[in-house]
Amino acid sequence: MHSNPHSPHAPAPRFEGSDSYVATADLKLAVNAALTLQRPLLIKGEPGTGKTMLAEEVAAALDMPLMQWHIKSTTKAQQGLYEYDAVSRLRDSQLGDERVRDISNYIVKGVLWQAFTAPEPVVLLIDEIDKADIEFPNDLLRELDRMEFYVYETREMVTAVHRPLVIITSNNEKELPDAFLRRCFFHYIKFPDKDTMEQIVKVHYPTLKQDLLAQALQSFYEVRDVPGLKKKPSTSEFLDWLKLLLAEDIGPEALRGKDTKSVVPPLHGALLKNEQDVHLFERLVYMSRTNR
Amino acid sequence: MLIDFFFTLKDAKIPVTIKEFLTLLEAMEKNLIGQSMDDFYFLARLAMVKDEAHYDKFDRAFAQYFKGINGAFETDSAIPLDWLLKRMARELTPEQKAALEKFGYDKLMDRLTELLKEQKERHEGGGKWIGTGGTSPFGNGGTNPEGIRIGGAGGNRTAVKVWEQRAFKDYDAERELGTRNIKVALRRLRKFAREGAEDELALDATIRATASNAGYLDIKMQPERKNKIKVLMLLDVGGSMDDHIARTEELFSAAKTEFKNMEFFYFHNCVYDYLWKNNRRRNAERFPTWDILRKYPADTKLIFVGDATMSPYEVLQPGGSVEYNNEEAGAEWLARFCHAFPKFVWLNPEPEGVWQYRQSISVIKQIMNNRMFPLTIDGLERGMRLLSK
Repeated sequence: MHSNPHSPHAPAPRFEGSDSYVATADLKLAVNAALTLQRPLLIKGEPGTGKTMLAEEVAAALDMPLMQWHIKSTTKAQQGLYEYDAVSRLRDSQLGDERVRDISNYIVKGVLWQAFTAPEPVVLLIDEIDKADIEFPNDLLRELDRMEFYVYETREMVTAVHRPLVIITSNNEKELPDAFLRRCFFHYIKFPDKDTMEQIVKVHYPTLKQDLLAQALQSFYEVRDVPGLKKKPSTSEFLDWLKLLLAEDIGPEALRGKDTKSVVPPLHGALLKNEQDVHLFERLVYMSRTNR
Repeated sequence: MLIDFFFTLKDAKIPVTIKEFLTLLEAMEKNLIGQSMDDFYFLARLAMVKDEAHYDKFDRAFAQYFKGINGAFETDSAIPLDWLLKRMARELTPEQKAALEKFGYDKLMDRLTELLKEQKERHEGGGKWIGTGGTSPFGNGGTNPEGIRIGGAGGNRTAVKVWEQRAFKDYDAERELGTRNIKVALRRLRKFAREGAEDELALDATIRATASNAGYLDIKMQPERKNKIKVLMLLDVGGSMDDHIARTEELFSAAKTEFKNMEFFYFHNCVYDYLWKNNRRRNAERFPTWDILRKYPADTKLIFVGDATMSPYEVLQPGGSVEYNNEEAGAEWLARFCHAFPKFVWLNPEPEGVWQYRQSISVIKQIMNNRMFPLTIDGLERGMRLLSK
């Protein structure tokens, strides 16, 4: 694109996926809707389906800087806005430092402040918002809606120069409050079906042989279908497993397992992360093989 | 415009609001999507449905609303003539084809568009409108040799629509009582207190101390805020509770991590003279219930977890326990517990609908002053809300 995507007369930027990230049509629409209507986009999905990666890819594809705020269980909404470093100020006052007179020297800007005052539009990723305290999303309502907040210490109002594209991810550990949900667009990334998965694998391992890929896909979906698994293997675990298979040079015959003595797919430690899951899987495979 | 669609969604119990609907209209005004039905489906879902648990309801409501309009929507863009010809060539016998040629394709197309404009609803049997099983030239399943099939369950014409695939059916099922969901419900039971090592800066205290210290910095620390609620959990084990082991386990593990001060004991069917901590050693290591009644302070929150399913005499009669011979009836012990710990609830893994049909459950519920809740997310929430008062 030769025209500046941020000038007022240029066509609005659109997200069409990228070479290294396979996005389904509804996901692309979700990102474009969030861009055009300037609303936050809430992304949910099974762990390992590429929620965090989406923000990185969108930023790269649209040529916008990416700001990240990874939420922990101890995160408070205020930390995203700014923090007032009282202890430094007290210390400086003891030393007689001149900076003490102006309180704004001790205001540490948070991610939201930086995103609002950035000279160009940015992509702001709020990662794993459900990790924080239950009231955390409610504390951000006004900031997400109006893109502005009031700094009590310096009596100033910080307003967004350009509205950032806010992408929020959630692992569904907690119910998010309704008032928060109203203000966002919501998209659920479904676990990719076989075709999409094939595309994803081709993007990451373009030289992978077709028969190994087909066999690996089949084994993977079979493992996922085992009832009673505590944690189903996800996309990223599948890609890791493929990497291991390639590194160990395991061919598709080993995956089919008719000739080998082992009853579970090789290197299953990359797929099944839970002791109980491994036991369960071994038992089921053993039972099905002895019944044949 | 699309207002009926909005109300259809609302009727389907999807929590949609006017603001979201206006956002959807705004999005359409900005030409975000093309003329495709699929795109509209995705956009509507994006703007109006904020939880994947509602996705299936949305799919069904969408299919229901747009079912009749399906045909009209697609024939808005003109049906390509050669496509029509191919279809007809495949379906009709030579005589019918001759009969059709007589009428003329163009005239047929004109008549079709006219009718589509006139017709407002789906129609069945009959001779003029577009519908099914009739004799008019338009519709499907009919008998007019000059007819063109419109809409209906088609193999080639209408591919299975995205919302008809019902891809999100599984997500709508009763939410599993996962450990995390339980923790959220249990989190209502909070009573913060500051106890323990002092490792947080107490700003107000520091300012006050520094001021009274003539400006020399005097830093005051305070311990971090922690949830100091005291919980006593009594769990029913064995017998009829075996069916509910998975759920009770989840509740137990969630409670253990959520409440730092939690004490638990086991009983069987009803509380009697003894409780135990280790099920296997329940005959060797017993705790007299009196000790427990006296040991914990009155503001401890008491949670019973049990299905309250037994013969009524086990509760009401002395000697009713199946473990040993107890001198006082289970009901008396329960009453003592309720008296010693006025904040109590009983969580019952049996579904609420069966409670009235089991006598022991009604008896215990009455002793508990109706403070019995089912072991679902909703029941937990209600129970915890009651407990936290």
